[in-house]
Amino acid sequence: MDNTVATEHPHTHETAVHVEHEHIALPQHRHHFETVEQQREAGSFGMWLFLLTEIMFFGGLFFAYLLYRNWYYAAFASASETLSIQIGTANTAILITSGFFMALAVWAAEVRKKKMLVWTLILTTVFGVAFLGFKYDEYHAKWVEHHIPGAHFDIKDFVNPPINPQTHKPIEDPISPDMAQRTQIFFFLYFAMTGMHALHMIIGVGLLFWLIRRAARGDFSAGYVAPIENFGLYWHFVDIIWLFLYPLLYLINRHPMH
Amino acid sequence: MSSTATIVTLPDQATARLPKRNYLNNEDGLLSWLLTGDHKRIAMLYLISITFFFFIGGAFAGLIRLELLTPQPDLVAADTYNKFFTMHGIIMVFLFLVPSVPATIGNFLMPIMVGAKDLAFPKINLLSWYLYVLGGILLMAALVLGGVDTGWTFTTPLSTHYLNTHVITAALAIFVAGFSSIFTGLNFIVTIHRMRCPGMTWFRLPLFVWSNYAASLLMVLGTPVLAITLVLVLLERVFGIGVFDPTKGGDPLLFQHLFWFYSHPAVYIMILPGMGVISETISTFSRKRVFGYTAVAFSSVAIALFGFFVWAHHMFIMGISNYSALVFSLLTMLVAVPSAIKIFNWAFTLQKGSITFETPMLYSFGFMGLFTIGGVTGVFLGSLGMDIHLTETYFIVAHFHFVMVGGMLMAFLAGIHFWWPKMTGRMYPESLSKLAAVTTFIGFILTFMPQFILGYLGMPRRYHAYPPEYQVLNVLSTAGATVLGVGYMLPLLYLGWSLKYGAIAGDNPWQATGLEWQIQSPPLTENFIEIPIMDHEAYDYEWLEQKQKNEVTTVG
Repeated sequence: MDNTVATEHPHTHETAVHVEHEHIALPQHRHHFETVEQQREAGSFGMWLFLLTEIMFFGGLFFAYLLYRNWYYAAFASASETLSIQIGTANTAILITSGFFMALAVWAAEVRKKKMLVWTLILTTVFGVAFLGFKYDEYHAKWVEHHIPGAHFDIKDFVNPPINPQTHKPIEDPISPDMAQRTQIFFFLYFAMTGMHALHMIIGVGLLFWLIRRAARGDFSAGYVAPIENFGLYWHFVDIIWLFLYPLLYLINRHPMH
Repeated sequence: MSSTATIVTLPDQATARLPKRNYLNNEDGLLSWLLTGDHKRIAMLYLISITFFFFIGGAFAGLIRLELLTPQPDLVAADTYNKFFTMHGIIMVFLFLVPSVPATIGNFLMPIMVGAKDLAFPKINLLSWYLYVLGGILLMAALVLGGVDTGWTFTTPLSTHYLNTHVITAALAIFVAGFSSIFTGLNFIVTIHRMRCPGMTWFRLPLFVWSNYAASLLMVLGTPVLAITLVLVLLERVFGIGVFDPTKGGDPLLFQHLFWFYSHPAVYIMILPGMGVISETISTFSRKRVFGYTAVAFSSVAIALFGFFVWAHHMFIMGISNYSALVFSLLTMLVAVPSAIKIFNWAFTLQKGSITFETPMLYSFGFMGLFTIGGVTGVFLGSLGMDIHLTETYFIVAHFHFVMVGGMLMAFLAGIHFWWPKMTGRMYPESLSKLAAVTTFIGFILTFMPQFILGYLGMPRRYHAYPPEYQVLNVLSTAGATVLGVGYMLPLLYLGWSLKYGAIAGDNPWQATGLEWQIQSPPLTENFIEIPIMDHEAYDYEWLEQKQKNEVTTVG
């Protein structure tokens, strides 16, 4: 990691007249930092702190989830079954793939492979957008099923679950109308948590477009990789949030029989 | 009094000039201020904006006290009164107290104290001010459109289902302003960790840095929880879903837990930086190193740590379990310990010190007395039995204002006076400012001491009318508020005056040891011509004496 900057020093030592000014080797160096290393460390430290605030931000939602899942377990289990496990699982794979390309992008920036950096960033974006596309599809399905909490919410799927044509049994156990109302809380948390996650993805995709432009311009091919590294941290963080959301929301009470 | 003894040493006024080049005149024009990355200029922008909001919040306080002059509801209707105390609370807490010391004095001093040219992220620092202003504008919009009447605590389901006021705008305002405080905290933490100059070890940092560090930890860890809580309130209000509404299966207590998880640490966000100011002034004006430096430094961190585990003491009467009430009561008692450590250490610093009574010191004495009363009554409220009797009465109001106004505002004013010569290069008028400090103290005691008694007698808070037998104490309180108002107007006037006519202060009018006093006033944009090397402990007055001796000999 640090090698990229360190390897540059011998050159500057030989060529620069004023040895003490060697740290102004990069145009991106900001005047108030003593050295490039200090700037880079500060940036990465700041990013980790920002991610800490993000953990606390999502923490409030996870706390609410924990409380209501304990109170209304039956409603949570029932409502969770109506989520599409296929799309959820596919999206998990897609997001991990996107994260994989992001990790490659960080590596490409560090070894100064410009072309590879641009392409891995593009692939990161493509998989990120694909995730959002599937997410949109899922949201739309909830709209059609009247599973969006509020005035149009309909509890009939939970009180009288649809009959499975093969087994002639309800596809899931019916719950009381009172408990079925509580599925609204599950769906509210579902939309709030995945919505917040999606918002972070959208912001991330926006930043990716900006990074791709800069990468194509060659900004990150001369040893200055802090934006790529810090964005990588952000993108992986968003991935990790999903890795918690997926089991908590999709896998509450799944059984192979259903 | 002791007006003869003073440590103030000013340069010869006949020949003294402000430095030709400094951060104030480095660039000209409005845009050079609005697009600045200089932490000192951003501090000034913050100072102007928080002063503006302080006086708006203060005006609401005045209206509240005016209504309570008589037992009858004769000035305003109940609804309007509700809006008064809500706007007073929101403005004062989120737009004044939280950013007061960190964003103004802290922004100005943090890089200089650690020996850096700027904060780690100047652009984020500027962004934080813009977010603050945006939050302020949103709140003013809520105010102009008709106000909010939820109380500053946004209690659900009242705020989400039962009110038709501008809750959404106000909650958005706080959400946005919250990010401004997150960014300030983040900037401070990174700066303190990564930007210290050579030789500046953690235990050579001024205590102001330590306390702001602790407050920054709280900002970074607590504020996001408030943000998500407000998001949930907004969603619930906009879409009518019931995450906090008991009729729909939601839990209003969940809101209380989430809200106080931020808002209790928030009072430490407000008070810790003030304690940092007091450490600096007490040391400077008694010419002694702060007694028990390490204990004071760690007590800041301890307050930050304990501060996260006492939130449920706001909920003793809300139906939490007896056992958790017991635990939170115990933890509340514990958080008093590090605060007491500070007070005792300051007292020991004063002992056998060469104390002088300049204005910042007068405010600091005010802080020590009033904060102690506020803190001790906090222990009353932390005890379960007392709390059930006293909660939601004027006792709470008095306790909170003793800590926040008597403590924090005094500390803020102490800091503003102490560093005014550094920020502007000019001194404020000394006797007038002493008068202001004393007026503030008298006004404060007169305003809030009767409220302790009122609360103990059972006068509930947040009502615009009260039984006639409480009138005498209420009249005293309103009279005190008037005096207090004068006490706050005075600095506004004479500090403004001093900008043009104040005496030239020179680099180090107080003979203080901090790095900020070793550079010119007002400082250069880059703070230091050369990055300093810290070769002595903080508050080392012998080092300062030695240094000044050397300077005299070299000049001579």
